[in-house]
Amino acid sequence: MTPFIRPLGFLGIFLLPLTVLGSDQVVVGSKIFTESYILGEIAAQVLEENPGVTVDRKLGLGSTGILVESLKSGAIDLYPDYSGTLAEAILKKPKLKTLAQIKRALKPLGLTISGSLGFNDTYALAVKESFAEQYHLKTMSDLRSLPVPVRAAFSYEFMDRADGYQGMVKRYHFQFAPGQVSRMEHSLVYGAIDQNKVDMIEVYSTDANIQKFKLRVLEDDRGYFPAYQAVWVARLSFVKAHPDLWADLRKVENSISADKMVELNSRADLDKISYSQIASGFLGRETTASPGDAGQIWERTKEHLGLVGFSLLFSVLVGIPLGVLAARHRRMGQGILIFSALFQTIPTLALLCFLIPVFGIGLKPALAALCLYSLLPVVLNTYTGIGSIDPKHLENAKAFGLSPWQILCQITLPLASPMILAGVKTATIVSIGTATLAALVGAGGYGALIISGLSLNHIPTILMGAIPAAVMALLAHFLFDLLEFWIVPKGLRKPG
Amino acid sequence: MLKLEGIHKSFGGAAVLSGVDLFVPAGATHALIGSSGSGKTTLLRVTLGLITPDRGVVQINGETLSPLTPVRWADQIGYVPQDGGLFPHLTARENAVLTARLRGWTDSQQWERTEELRQLVGLDAAVLERYPRELSGGQKQRVAIIRAAFLDPPVFLLDEPMGALDPIVRQALQQEFKDIFKRLHKTVVLVTHDLSEAAYLADQMTLLHEGKVIQTGTYRDFVRNPAAPFVTQFIQANRPLPEVEKV
Repeated sequence: MTPFIRPLGFLGIFLLPLTVLGSDQVVVGSKIFTESYILGEIAAQVLEENPGVTVDRKLGLGSTGILVESLKSGAIDLYPDYSGTLAEAILKKPKLKTLAQIKRALKPLGLTISGSLGFNDTYALAVKESFAEQYHLKTMSDLRSLPVPVRAAFSYEFMDRADGYQGMVKRYHFQFAPGQVSRMEHSLVYGAIDQNKVDMIEVYSTDANIQKFKLRVLEDDRGYFPAYQAVWVARLSFVKAHPDLWADLRKVENSISADKMVELNSRADLDKISYSQIASGFLGRETTASPGDAGQIWERTKEHLGLVGFSLLFSVLVGIPLGVLAARHRRMGQGILIFSALFQTIPTLALLCFLIPVFGIGLKPALAALCLYSLLPVVLNTYTGIGSIDPKHLENAKAFGLSPWQILCQITLPLASPMILAGVKTATIVSIGTATLAALVGAGGYGALIISGLSLNHIPTILMGAIPAAVMALLAHFLFDLLEFWIVPKGLRKPG
Repeated sequence: MLKLEGIHKSFGGAAVLSGVDLFVPAGATHALIGSSGSGKTTLLRVTLGLITPDRGVVQINGETLSPLTPVRWADQIGYVPQDGGLFPHLTARENAVLTARLRGWTDSQQWERTEELRQLVGLDAAVLERYPRELSGGQKQRVAIIRAAFLDPPVFLLDEPMGALDPIVRQALQQEFKDIFKRLHKTVVLVTHDLSEAAYLADQMTLLHEGKVIQTGTYRDFVRNPAAPFVTQFIQANRPLPEVEKV
């Protein structure tokens, strides 16, 4: 952000190619569910009304943790969130109720919030209408007198927040057996209840799916769930540098009622209208055409290939030497193996979260995570491949006067090549799968389609990402079979 | 000429070789015999420069090998490992020319030398293009001899050359090996546990037991004038089966 360039904005007409470089770029984030995408898109379009401002959309980022880290590190400038989430998940002060209190508490973190955008999107429990009829359920307290154990599916976030599951169980004196409650990604709980896999899920009160899946929201008769006022969360430095842009964003305050939000959500979830069209519609503007499916898949393919290709290159250039080193020096070898195995134990989302303070968001943390994940198969297979070579071959080579380097290149690596290649193949196929998670930090790829499809509960969009990813994995499989023909010496191949 | 003098080697305090002397005159074929654990493999590795002895020297044609670089040391000895020791990822030809190639010989030089040696060991030309797993035991041994002879070393060292062969092939090959050694006209040391093989192929033999030389001499000396009771014991353990009529 370079504020002194703004007055020169009108020169942009003459310096068209330079305006891209010189213009103000604002990075807008959002979470990974419909409402957040829509609000993010609204913010983006409000900002874009200012000439000379370009908006980089990092919508659909993995979790509250990722967004806050991105915001603090300057990787994004603002995103939409809820007062309850801010108090609970970020400030860890669930007692803070009013927006003014929260705003004060955020200041030391270098963050600030707008006023309420106009609606309260709180948690609620929902069951199917038919289920509610059968057991005469109206309020959450009614759940206690159920004659059958209720099967519930809740999101990870709901399960872990103090103002989520645990507090609710305490307040209502629920006694759920451990097997009764499943944890899953929020966007999957609707499918679970729709297919009668579970009886009860947690929903947001502005959720379009309540209508779609014919759910009944149980009344929070003990007033447990806190208020979740929608607000813009921004970095203070951004607000100070761009008071005009912040003022524009604040014009949205109190303009979105709960009903309006349900409507916007259902236009996305039920009518499958794009977020940008919904946002334009809300702001009373003309819609912009979105790229066609084929074009979109091609764009995502290029991104995905880039992610996989880079990590593949890394795993070969770094993993094979590390594997050789591990095979040569026993003690260091154990260290190397433990080091590369360590990353496999970190869930992708958590690893991405750790990497954001270092790499920001976008391509860099995704590439870093993929590289770290692809290390183990290559290191381990190189190590095992070298270890399984008959030691007499190495001793013979030495007796023939081959130098250590010649032994490595002429004997060790060729003899270990089938194992090494198998490791690279594993790394590639795994990274094609893992790269779909790169979209959580805004790195694109097929994951972008899968995630937006998941949040829209729109199967075709999910498949637009999932099928090419599967095809790519299959192609990789066959490509490596071909490579094996080139790389593995003929004498080592299985006869016939 | 190969000369080993006062070779001592112990591993973790246990003496494996205690003052071994061995002298093989130029052009002679000598067998190093002993049961497993006698120290013959350790002596072989010392001779190849793969392990450094605690004491003692290895000399070839009067030159002490210890100051030499591994490459120069390897140049002095044509080594034929057990079962031929061919690298499975290389064809017979690639195995044969490996050392020459890494020492910068041109393709035509490699080709000529291979052809010369192929005829000497009596190997079919087509066999050279095959991989080790497609070769018979005898073919592997011949390829290994080509490889060992490639750089024309003064001394040959063969580790259990007939070890993995079946008895009939073995007998036929022993005859041929004797001819090959004669044609090569080199100092040859065979390491074997098989007394009859040693007696057939070698002019002289050395019996090693518990890291010490028990006796050096011809088979005749071993039978007629055993230096220790163990010599007789070793000969009797290797005695051929009695004839059928006497059973």
